[in-house]
Amino acid sequence: MTPAAPLTASTAWQAPSRFALLLLALAAVLAFYPLYGEALFPGQHDYFLQKLTAIMILAMLAMSLDLLVGIGGMVSLGHAAFFGLGGYALALFGPEYEAANLWTTLPMTLGAVGLAALVIGALSIRTGGIYFIMITLAFGQMFYYVFNDADFAGGSDGTYIYVRPAVEVFGLKLVDLGDAVTFFYVVFAAMMGTYVFLRVLLASPFGKVLRGIGINPQRVRGVGYNPDAYKLVAFVIGAMLAGLAGYLSAAQFGFVNPSMMSWHHSGTVLVMVILGGLGTLHGAILGAFALEILHAVIEARTEHWLLVLGGLIIVMVLTLPKGIAGLLERLTSPRANRARTGHEDRGES
Amino acid sequence: MDFTFFLIQALNGVQYGLLLFLIASGLTLIFGIMHVINLAHGAFYMVGAYLVWSLTGVFDSFVVAILAGIVCAAALGWVIERFLVIHLYNRDHLDQVLLTYGLILVLNEVQRMMFGSDVHGVAVPSMVAASIPLTDTLSYPVYRLVLAGVCLALAFAMYWIIQRTRLGMWIRAGAANREMTASLGIDIRRLNALVFAAGTALAAFAGMIAAPLSSVYPGMGDNVIIISFVVVVIGGIGSVKGAFLGALAIGLTDTFGRVLLPEMSSVMVYALMAAVLLWKPNGLFARA
Repeated sequence: MTPAAPLTASTAWQAPSRFALLLLALAAVLAFYPLYGEALFPGQHDYFLQKLTAIMILAMLAMSLDLLVGIGGMVSLGHAAFFGLGGYALALFGPEYEAANLWTTLPMTLGAVGLAALVIGALSIRTGGIYFIMITLAFGQMFYYVFNDADFAGGSDGTYIYVRPAVEVFGLKLVDLGDAVTFFYVVFAAMMGTYVFLRVLLASPFGKVLRGIGINPQRVRGVGYNPDAYKLVAFVIGAMLAGLAGYLSAAQFGFVNPSMMSWHHSGTVLVMVILGGLGTLHGAILGAFALEILHAVIEARTEHWLLVLGGLIIVMVLTLPKGIAGLLERLTSPRANRARTGHEDRGES
Repeated sequence: MDFTFFLIQALNGVQYGLLLFLIASGLTLIFGIMHVINLAHGAFYMVGAYLVWSLTGVFDSFVVAILAGIVCAAALGWVIERFLVIHLYNRDHLDQVLLTYGLILVLNEVQRMMFGSDVHGVAVPSMVAASIPLTDTLSYPVYRLVLAGVCLALAFAMYWIIQRTRLGMWIRAGAANREMTASLGIDIRRLNALVFAAGTALAAFAGMIAAPLSSVYPGMGDNVIIISFVVVVIGGIGSVKGAFLGALAIGLTDTFGRVLLPEMSSVMVYALMAAVLLWKPNGLFARA
């Protein structure tokens, strides 16, 4: 189910594959967007900049879910709860009408989300398979309804964050998060940082055991590791990354509401991860961009965009067993390998 | 809370639970026998409600509309199984989730294109439109009792088919071991198509008989699918008996939760599921 090729390629220091070069090129196209965006899309540049920032935050969320689903074999349908919790933490920990201090609110947010994930994870990991899907859904929905029905966080209307968090050292402003381009780059750095962090994590002994658990937990137990402990650590790390994404999202829109936590949101992110290609991390990013851009493009063309999007998803499931990442990897692989890769695809599906 | 009020709430809870059972039993059979997670099952519930709404306009009779609707829904289920689900049997559960998610988007949008975004009402058939007076101020509509009776009859019919007939034997054998059943000469492909069509028809039928109570609106299946999965998981996947008890438990919890603890009602259903799964990680009646 999980292709090990990208991992071995990065640890063995071979020449980068054409697929890796393509991913780098795509990252560069994204990184330089604020420079050429104005010239290419006059009038819509500001909107696109904001949209791309939002998609990068979703890509972070998707990567954090891929750690659970694609690597650890834990399909969670409550992951958005941690995203929402991160957003609400910024709203509740920060002062109401002034800028929150990033150096205090961010660690507090990650701590709160990590603690929640520790409790939920410890309870949920006792179950497996579809039961794990459902118990994470249950916990996610409980969070959703608590924030939806409670008074302290604005109930179903949500609550506002009037000023973006400040990043200061001894009263000196380091970066101005209020500036759209600066915020774009902060989020870009956070997304690439998350990717690199997870790559390093997966290359470590911890990551290798976790990948083994995703493929066959019994064997990993037989070798002498305790799968539940590894799964719990991965669950907490994934949740904290989702909390970070939620924190950034709340800072971007200056607004949080319970729908950030709903199972619809968890489901959409899961679709991004599966569509992009499970267990690859870059697949999660590709899936987030593909789904959101498809959504925006089709929505602009036709009123019935859901019909087209749903049809496309069905066709992709039937034709692309390894998601978008698998397709791009096959298209960029040298001709000699292509037949072999294609054969493997059929064998595994 | 006086006794009459309690009785009304208990009846409402049981009736809601029985309705959930119709949807959840199809879901649990499709998962138990075909090993397919069908997210689109709630959309079939919506399809049923819209079918009965449009067909009552054609036939001018609720019962005829339901009969015609069941045929349409079963045909829809058969077509979806033949052309889409058939590709999913040997695929990862996540691919099934993704494909059936796409199917929800398609069905919801087709509904919007054909019937628009308005909320429609379906009249309670005049034969059973009366109410039984319980006290001076409270009464209970006959239709709700008829609905509960029909659901109960269906539940017994399903029990009889699954436990007492040859077809039921094949279904149970298919759930226990697909390959073995197929090698005994039973056409598992036709069995799959039949179970999927029957599950679709059951969900659609639930939507049809619920239409006079809940009205007909876009996206009505999206709320139902999650609660049906909750029922299936509480009961243990693949167990029709578990789905029946799980549905009653959820129906009563939800109904009494709304009355007794309105601010916590939505949480209670999920808390119940979490509690059951922590106690029995594979549901109440999971197969060993």
